[in-house]
Amino acid sequence: MEDLINIAISTLAGTVRVSTPLILCAMAGLFSERSGIIDISLEGKMLAAAFVAAGVAYVTGSAWVGLGGGILIAVGLSLLHGFACITHNGNHVVSGVAINILVSGLTVVLGVVWFHQGGQTPTLPQEARFLPIHFPLAETLSEIPVIGPFYAKVISGHNLLVYLAFALVAVTSWVVYKTRFGLRLRAVGENPNAVDTAGISVTFLRYRAVMICGILTGIAGTYLSVAQNASFVREMSAGQGYIALAAMIFGKWRPVPAMLACLMFGFLDAVSIRLQGVVLPGIGEVPVQFIQALPYILTVVLLAGFIGKAIAPKAIGVPYVKER
Amino acid sequence: MSTKVKKPLPVWADVALIPLINILLALFVAGLIVLAIGEDPFEALEILILGAFGYEESLGYTLYYTTNFIFTGLAVAVAFHASLFNIGGEGQAYIGGLGVGLILLALDGILPFWMLLPLAIMAAALFGTAWVAVPAYLQAYRGSHIVITTIMFNFIAYFLMNYLLVDVIKAPAQMSPESRVFADNAHMPFMHEILGWFGIETAATPLNGSLFWAVVCCIFVWIFIWRTRWGYMLRTVGQNESAAQYAGIDSRKIVMVALGISGALAGFVGMNEVMGVHHKVLLNFVAGYGFTGIAVSLMGRNHPVGIVLASLLFGILYQGGAELAFEIPAFSREFVVAIQGLIILFCGALTYMCKPWIEGLFYMLQSDPKPAEKEA
Amino acid sequence: MANTETLVEMVQPESESSPAAINLRGISKAFGPVQANDDVNLSVPKGTIHGIVGENGAGKSTLMSILYGFYEADRGDIYISGKKTKIKNSTDAIKAGIGMVHQHFMLVDNFTVLENIMLGAESGAMLSGSIAAARTELERLEREYGLFVNLDAITEELPVGEQQRVEILKALYRGAEILILDEPTGVLTPQETDQLFKILDSLRSQGVTVILITHKLREIMAITNNVSIMRQGKIVADRKTSETNREELAELMVGRKVRIEIDKDDPNPQAMLLDVDNLTVTDSQGIDRLDHVSFGIRAGEIVGIAGVSGNGQSELLEALSGIQPVSEGSFVLNGVTVNANNPKDAAEIRDLGCAHVPEDRLRLGLVKTFNAAESSILGYHLDPAYNGRILTKPDAIRNHCADLMESFDVRPRDPSLKSANFSGGNQQKLILAREMKDKPSVLLVGQPTRGVDIGAIEFIHKQIVAMRDEGSAILLVSVELDEVMSLADRILVMFEGRIVGEVSGKDADEKTLGLMMANALPRNNKQKQEGQA
Repeated sequence: MEDLINIAISTLAGTVRVSTPLILCAMAGLFSERSGIIDISLEGKMLAAAFVAAGVAYVTGSAWVGLGGGILIAVGLSLLHGFACITHNGNHVVSGVAINILVSGLTVVLGVVWFHQGGQTPTLPQEARFLPIHFPLAETLSEIPVIGPFYAKVISGHNLLVYLAFALVAVTSWVVYKTRFGLRLRAVGENPNAVDTAGISVTFLRYRAVMICGILTGIAGTYLSVAQNASFVREMSAGQGYIALAAMIFGKWRPVPAMLACLMFGFLDAVSIRLQGVVLPGIGEVPVQFIQALPYILTVVLLAGFIGKAIAPKAIGVPYVKER
Repeated sequence: MSTKVKKPLPVWADVALIPLINILLALFVAGLIVLAIGEDPFEALEILILGAFGYEESLGYTLYYTTNFIFTGLAVAVAFHASLFNIGGEGQAYIGGLGVGLILLALDGILPFWMLLPLAIMAAALFGTAWVAVPAYLQAYRGSHIVITTIMFNFIAYFLMNYLLVDVIKAPAQMSPESRVFADNAHMPFMHEILGWFGIETAATPLNGSLFWAVVCCIFVWIFIWRTRWGYMLRTVGQNESAAQYAGIDSRKIVMVALGISGALAGFVGMNEVMGVHHKVLLNFVAGYGFTGIAVSLMGRNHPVGIVLASLLFGILYQGGAELAFEIPAFSREFVVAIQGLIILFCGALTYMCKPWIEGLFYMLQSDPKPAEKEA
Repeated sequence: MANTETLVEMVQPESESSPAAINLRGISKAFGPVQANDDVNLSVPKGTIHGIVGENGAGKSTLMSILYGFYEADRGDIYISGKKTKIKNSTDAIKAGIGMVHQHFMLVDNFTVLENIMLGAESGAMLSGSIAAARTELERLEREYGLFVNLDAITEELPVGEQQRVEILKALYRGAEILILDEPTGVLTPQETDQLFKILDSLRSQGVTVILITHKLREIMAITNNVSIMRQGKIVADRKTSETNREELAELMVGRKVRIEIDKDDPNPQAMLLDVDNLTVTDSQGIDRLDHVSFGIRAGEIVGIAGVSGNGQSELLEALSGIQPVSEGSFVLNGVTVNANNPKDAAEIRDLGCAHVPEDRLRLGLVKTFNAAESSILGYHLDPAYNGRILTKPDAIRNHCADLMESFDVRPRDPSLKSANFSGGNQQKLILAREMKDKPSVLLVGQPTRGVDIGAIEFIHKQIVAMRDEGSAILLVSVELDEVMSLADRILVMFEGRIVGEVSGKDADEKTLGLMMANALPRNNKQKQEGQA
């Protein structure tokens, strides 16, 4: 019993840690896609941010400056995506693929040249990282069964960016549903004509949206290399940008459901390690790869329209050309 | 509708000049990156080209990479002609290789090579097609976005192969997750072997008979797209879906056919790798070739001739890039991946960025403006 | 619609002393060689409803787009309440107090009504303040003008009439004192139209100036104070509504049509080849775009469909050609019945001997990026003449295209030239040649001479008559009244998806047709048709 609780709690703590970059990226994607810009370059932006953040944090010795660097590069890539998709009416998917591939190559090339560790960045000293924060009373309360360890390990004990990610879900929700910017953002992804005839610039609005997307992916990338790990490793984003995209679709382009989808996908990831070789009663041994593939399978099932319909913003991926 | 009547660019400018300028822009930015890492771009270019052609094995390696790019480039192109974006070449190639592996593992001791070869080709095509079938069906009949579903299927393929190799196909007496090596009669002959039959001695490289099949596929795609009624219908659906409906073409069926062929072509990468090079099923043999297919297709303007040229260029980049990484420690092989990203960016997403400038240039050059002849 | 008659007697406030709400002076606008607006002068007194009528392409929409800042005029000035105003974009228009209700609503479907109204006119960065302010203001507007809409309803779930009210509220909320409505009743039921007119009337009584663009003369007579008639980019007449009548308006609108004399014998109708019975096409919103239409065409006759575009002609062509599914009713084509239970796609219809020259040649008739030879087999691409067992026969296709080009004088005579690089007239000739080549027993023709030069028009007309004389049954849809009058043996007039009148080609005069097209004929002599011929 004791064991089971311990396993459950460490799985949940793991879920929170794994979900954090997904949540940040899902919120990022939400801003972009709500404005009508398809963004499959979440992956690339996150990877670029992870690289720059780790490098900058190493050179300056400051996690915060590293975060700034990560955000800058991700916003820069967002502007590139915007330049292709908004200004030049380029294909959103092609532009996204280009950024992903470019970043996947460039991070290694530059990493090798700058840090001479085969594409890795040097290990960051503790003070150049975002470290776990322990809440008051965590030690004292840990004696209380269930609640104590839960508080100490699941609620407390994460680094700042984890809490920031969850706070940003609330902020995203507030911005999207409670502010003027959010109203216009939602409108421009559905019907840019309505926005334009109301006297609002479609172009400027979309550029702002992709820049916010850049900031959030920048934080996500920083989390990977400066908080969760202590250095950049090649391809360290490992498809999480795509999972986040799937989670955002799974959450039907809404902040809180998208966060829940991230947590679910994160949970599947955390639990898959535990389930290795475990025989479930009545089912038998579940291949761990099946659980790892579940987020993708579930997303396809959702897209197929079998469990509710995921309806994308109507004007997504369509270049806005004024009909004159 | 614009007030001014625009004179269209001549065809050659549209077909050749603009893509060429885009490639040069991409290479120019690549050159800047070389400068940024403190090397001489021209020296790098020299090593790269020498590395791709300069010594005995190099050409073989270059053409071996080219073979893969032809398959994935054609796969992307066929889908593009129907106005579909198959981003799942990676997964389809992986599963195609699985199909080849399964058939060879089952029959390699039983059947002779000349019977195994067509079976392997069919298996690669069938498995590749099967892997795109679900996304294709969802796109055609349920309106799910093909881009997202094929990305998902890439990951599912990855985990499926992982499972199969670790838990099912792995040779018993072996640590690494790989199948046993096929019997000799199930190897696609290497090119140096083939040339050896004719008394030509060449260095051993991974280049194998799959190259011939790639050429056959190029011809097949050209014929299919431009010389059959199915290709005609496919292009009609891709160019103008309303006109397709007017002509009585069922665009949903066409979507299935286009993606099915696309998946089959991607599956042949599995044949080159599994039957031609490794002679066993193993992990991650696709190594990004599926994504490179996007760059190849965009650069080659979705035409087999263009795709062969673009594949060759990428073959040179891959092989020369490996050589470059070997010669100059500052370079890593991933430099080629970065160039690939730049090419997709300039040839695919910013295709018409420079068009207004070129139009302006043409306008200036034609100092005596002739009246537009073929204006609508 | 009959209820609107009562509105004719409304009081019409006139205040000649104050400057006009809108005064347009010498507005001209050209699109390439087409002069869309030509020296237009228009004055609309404040607090009146001003109608603008005209045929398709008369320049009404262009004029209003200039007023709302979509286009800038090449020449001319705009005065709003006596003040010269530059309107470069919709923001300028909104600032000048102009609101526009577009034919296609500019609403975000999944927004609430309130959100749609606020969009772009929020009072601050937070929505909560805007929402409260908007609610108060909208409740005032609703009371004042009798414009009741559930502010919390999701827009796409509202009936079209209410969505239109949202558009009006949107304009009023932005402080519009001038309201432009572009064909507002096209999508409305008669009841909704009555509602709209009550609203417009109350707006007028509150001092709002309304411009109403329509082609429905009944509505002009029912609600406007003044009316301007546009033809070929010009305003050809201004009338006080009380001093004119539908007959005069119809005549002004249509102008004098020159009947092009075509050497044409009397028709010799034979067997019924196309028999349409209560054919209905319902769109995704549940509106009957084609509403229980019945008629027949016999071998050797041309039946013309006249009407202002958007009254169901396109749906009729698309249903008969297999592009749109039939919702209700049926048609019998060469003895085969097509209905909702026995649908036929475009290929099957073609196999039944029915060819189709589509109205919109660039959207349907050809593929712009294909060369002429490829476009010349569109729809006939499975024909064994062009296909071997596997391969197509490029030479056969080229020769076929060359033949078509020869027979219809398509220039340049180059089968390998891209379809997009032919002029509109030559594209049209290629499509006509393609569809007429196999001597189909039934030919559906939409806008055969749109964008075609004069010389080619005559040639095309001759070809159509020749086909009739060889025994084809021909359905001709055209917004060019003179074309219908000179070609058709019988003319059916369509209005709002229904056939509202029939005249024989010989006796047709533009005045009667114009009245029918505007659904302005007294009811009794409207529906006497069917069965004869």
